[in-house]
This record gives sequence, structure tokens and C-alpha cells, in this order.
Amino acid sequence: MQPNDPILKLRDVQVHFPVKTGVFKRVTGHVRAVDGVDLDVRRGEVLGLVGESGCGKTTLGKAILQLVRATQGTVTYSGEDGETELTSLDDAGLFRFRKRLQIVFQDPHSSLNPAFTIFGSLEDPLRHYGVKTREERRKIVGDLLEAVNMRRESMDRYPHEFSGGQRQRIGIARALSIEPELIVCDEAVSALDVSIQAQVLQLLMELKREKNLTYVFITHDLSVTEYLCDRIAVMYLGKIVELCDAEDLYANTLHPYSQALLSAIPVADLDKKSRRIVLQGDVPSPVNPPSGCPFHPRCRYVVDRCKTEVPELRRFKSAKGEHMAACHLIDQPLAEQPLRTESP
Amino acid sequence: MTDANATRPRTRRDAQFDKIRDREAALAGTRQHTARFMSKFLNNRLAVVGFVIFAVICLMSLFAPLIAQHDPMSPNLRAIAKPPSAEHWFGTDKTGRDVFARVLYGGRVSILVGLGSALLSAIIGVIIGVYSGYVGGWLDWIAMRISEIFMSFPQIILVLLLVAILGQSLLNLIVIFTLTGWGGIYRMARARMLSIREEEYVQALRSFGLGPARIAYKHMLPNALGPIMVNITLSTAAFILQEAGLSFLGLGVPLSIPTWGNILNAAQDLRVLEQNWWIWLPVGATISLFVLSVNFIGDGLRDATDPSQQG
Ligand code: SF4
Repeated sequence: MQPNDPILKLRDVQVHFPVKTGVFKRVTGHVRAVDGVDLDVRRGEVLGLVGESGCGKTTLGKAILQLVRATQGTVTYSGEDGETELTSLDDAGLFRFRKRLQIVFQDPHSSLNPAFTIFGSLEDPLRHYGVKTREERRKIVGDLLEAVNMRRESMDRYPHEFSGGQRQRIGIARALSIEPELIVCDEAVSALDVSIQAQVLQLLMELKREKNLTYVFITHDLSVTEYLCDRIAVMYLGKIVELCDAEDLYANTLHPYSQALLSAIPVADLDKKSRRIVLQGDVPSPVNPPSGCPFHPRCRYVVDRCKTEVPELRRFKSAKGEHMAACHLIDQPLAEQPLRTESP
Repeated sequence: MTDANATRPRTRRDAQFDKIRDREAALAGTRQHTARFMSKFLNNRLAVVGFVIFAVICLMSLFAPLIAQHDPMSPNLRAIAKPPSAEHWFGTDKTGRDVFARVLYGGRVSILVGLGSALLSAIIGVIIGVYSGYVGGWLDWIAMRISEIFMSFPQIILVLLLVAILGQSLLNLIVIFTLTGWGGIYRMARARMLSIREEEYVQALRSFGLGPARIAYKHMLPNALGPIMVNITLSTAAFILQEAGLSFLGLGVPLSIPTWGNILNAAQDLRVLEQNWWIWLPVGATISLFVLSVNFIGDGLRDATDPSQQG
């Protein structure tokens, strides 16, 4: 197991939710929340998953954890015991792998059960994974709370007694409780004040170093990802439109959608003039995605070809390893091969 | 797990966090969940009054043998339809039985029927609603259809049917009330579950691979208890009224057993209604008072458990 080996491989993952209308609940269409994603998550990296709300990034995160089952495609986990296709397992079979993958949620107000003390919320998963005695569980929960810079005694308090940042830290402690290898952070800091955001992010990074974690960091906020992520995948309407090294994304943006997203980040540096690219219109409905390039109704560079032909995710030349983007207009393709055929 | 943590040199961040922690510790709410609930409930005067009346009536019924000097069942032919007196506080009825004793003893049965049916239907409704609401799918669909069938069935016809087949009995009445009543609590429990299901802590539990029964009953149900308790109190009141109504028609509990409804049954006689007010007025007032008090308690509970009303 090399540090850069993929821990997760996603191949053509699709999550479609049926839309039911009328009295008889006939299926009249599908929300294509995730529409064919190919992605490798490398062991030990922080992979940012960026996009506007509704682009399917949260659904993709849940599909990684099998909280939402993919309607098509595969999610493969590889660890010491070889590769396992999570998408083909049932709940009982997944049990072993639940321990390896965890999630930290966005909303600190709904992420903890208001009726239980912190210990009450955190002890059940531990019991589930075989920590038999109450003393042991209390010790572990106490250690976890200390690991996220909280007092041990907090475990006997109720969630409403804590601030948003504290609850988020408790949420992180919960995710760590069964010692996972990969944590999906779903907008983990978006609901927090900026100052508290920074602290929680630092905490996440320290924990990552201490425990050799891999993060999939889902966010709509590109100003967070730059300092945090090793690689970034930009999603639009259920598809990945650009995937590259984090620095590369900021220095050498290829896809028009990423350019628009990046231009929306407020710039502190006054010398650095940036013209904001304002996207016209709304995100199209994922029930009825546009033909051809999904971004074409809002794209500044749209040409006729975009309306009919779906751009493949192609590999481009870059100083920092691979740089993938799905757009017809980017020239100098390194190799014209689509990603799907690349891996065994 | 925290070995690394313990040996780690203190950074500036630790100092920052310590400061925040101290501030938070000072601020941390000392008022617990239950304390807030109690203070909200106690601040509601009607609810407290309701609770006192409810407790008094319940206790008096419970200790009826100690309070009542007369046997509610044995007729006294020398004291037929006598108005209230020092001997018979609420007078006597047409067969010379002490009305006060009958109201007390009747309360036992009526409250048993009301509370018993409400609790039973709550248990059934909650067990089905909590699970099917969380799991969804075909199980939910089937449970929903079954509840619709029971709720659309006219209760009075069900009563007539069962009385015709099984005869009148206390148990039959409770069974009928439970069968017709569980649907309401089921639907409410299910609706609560549908909204709680989306909370992130439920998703977190799922990501640990905890089983659906454990998530639904252990972790989600406590958050739905408030409205369920309210519903139990309100349906207790409704069942007591229904018992009175059915017994008044002679369809409820067998007439030999004193219940509030059976005592009222005597008022079917126009002469009694006009001339012997003491036979029906006290019991009528008791029923109204009891139902009212239960409703007050229900309202108080609803306000106290409603998180949108801070207090
Ligand atoms: S393919 Fe065409 S529409 Fe799509 S991003 Fe590129 S230029 Fe814009």
C-alpha cells in the first residue's frame, strides 16, 4: 500500500432519483444528481469536491459512504485486504467497511441528537463495534473529545449547551471514534464563523497528520479549498468538469465554469485585479439537463458543437501531474483518450 | 488514540482553544432539558390547574373504597331517588344506590377505559409508525393503507358488530377504541419520523451501520415523544367522552358495572332528567371537568415540548 495508491475508485457512478408525480405516483423522470463520475481518491490526500449547491457533490459524498446507493457504476475500496466493490455489497456485507469510511456533516444543529448527551450519542457506534464495557466507552469518548480540544466532562452535556464550532468538533470526534481511514467532510465548516472555520480546519489538518487520514472535502467555497486540498474536482450538474492539482486549478484554470467560480472569490489583494465573471441564468434542472455540454446555456464561449456533443473529461499538459477538464475549446490535448478507458 | 495528543507540544492554537473553552464553560447552560420543560409547563397556569383537577379525580376514584361509605352496586329500597343529603352526598338513584359512590367507582372504569385505550393505541401506533416512517418503502405503504381502512370504518358500526358477536364487555370496548384509535397516533408518529429522518445525526448513525430498529426506536423516538404524549392525553379525553356516549346508548360497558356513561344512562328517562337532577348532573359535571383538565394538560405539554417557543 503506497501512500498515493487510490483508496477509492469511482467508475461511472450515477445516482438518479425517480420523480413521481400525480395520484398514482408514476415515475415521470429522474433527477440525475450524480451523472457518471469517474474519480480516484488517493490514500492520504485531501480531495476537494467543489460546485454550486445542487451540483450533486453532497449526493456523491453520500454515495461514497453508501448512504445513498448508486443506481449505476461502482465504488471500489482498496485496503490491506485487497479491493472490494462496495456498491455490490448489502448492508451486512458493508458492515466491515463502514468502519473505514466516515462523514462529518454540515449543519452543527442537526448533526447531534438533541435528546441525548454527547456520551449517549457517541457510545452507541462504539458498542456496535465491540467496545463492551461502559467504562471503556467513557474513556474512549473522553479521549476523543480531548483530541478535538474539548473537555472530557463535556460528554455529559446536551448538544444545545454547545456553540456551533463546538458541535462541529464533536461531530469530528464522532467520525473519528471508530478510527476510519477516509472521512468525507460535507461542507464541514460552511455554517461556521470565519474565525471558527479556521480553527476547525486547522484541527482537521492536525488530525489528518496524526491519524493518516484521507479527506474528501465537499464545499461550495473555493477560498477554503486552496489551502486545504491537494487536488480539486469541480462538479457541475452531476458531472466532473475539471479535476487537477489544487494549485494548478488556481494558476491555470481550464474550464469556463471553474473560471467563473474562481472569479467569484473575494480578493483581499487590491493589486490583483480580478474581473468577476457573472454567470447568467440559474443552474439548469438536473431532471432535464441540457443537451451536449451541461454548461452550455451559461457558458461565455459556447459554440455550436457544445450544444450537441458532450465533452469528455480529457487530460491536458500540466506542470503538476494530470490536469483533466471537460470542454471542447481547450486546445493542446495531451492525449485524446477519455479517463474511463485508462485504468484496468 | 490520544497518546500522540498528550505528547504533542502546545501550540498557539491550544492556547486559543483554552481561552474559548473557558469562555464556553462559563457560559454553558446549567439548565437541563427537563428543567426547562418543567418550568415551561409550570408557567402555564391552566395546565397546572388541569393537572390538579386530574390528580384529584384520579386519586378519589383510586381510593373510592376508602372515601365512599356506600356500596355502589347494592340497592337500598328505603332510599329511592332521594335528593342529596348528609347521608347521600349526591343523593340516590332510582334503585336507591348512592350516586356519590357510583361516580367514584364509575371513574375507575371510565378512566381505565380512556387511559387504557389511549395507551394501547399509542403503543401500537408508535411501534408501527416509528419503524415504517423511518424505513419507508413498501412496509410504510402497507401500514398506511391499513390505518386508512381502520380510520375510515365507522366506529359505531364496529361497536354494534362486536357487541352483537362478542357481547358487551369492558375489554371489548377497549379493543374497539384501540382498533379505531391507533391510526391517529400512527400517522403522527410517522410524520414526525419523516422529518427527523432527514436530520444529520440520523445519517451519521447510518454511516456507522447501525440497524434501522435501533436508529428508529432508540435514537429517533425520544425526539418524537413530545407530540406523542400530547396525543395520548387528548385521545384519553376523547375516549372517555366516547365511552360516555356509547354507554349512554347502552352499547358500552355492561350496565351492571358503574361507569360515568352508565350513570348518565339513567338520564334517558325524561322524568329523571326533569325531576332528579342529582342523578345526572354531578356525573355530567365530573366528566366535563375531567375531560377539560386532560385537555389543559395536553395543551400545556404541547407548549412545553414545542421547541419553537423558547422559555
Ligand atoms: S464545451 Fe462549450 S459550453 Fe461547455 S464549457 Fe466548453 S465552451 Fe463552454
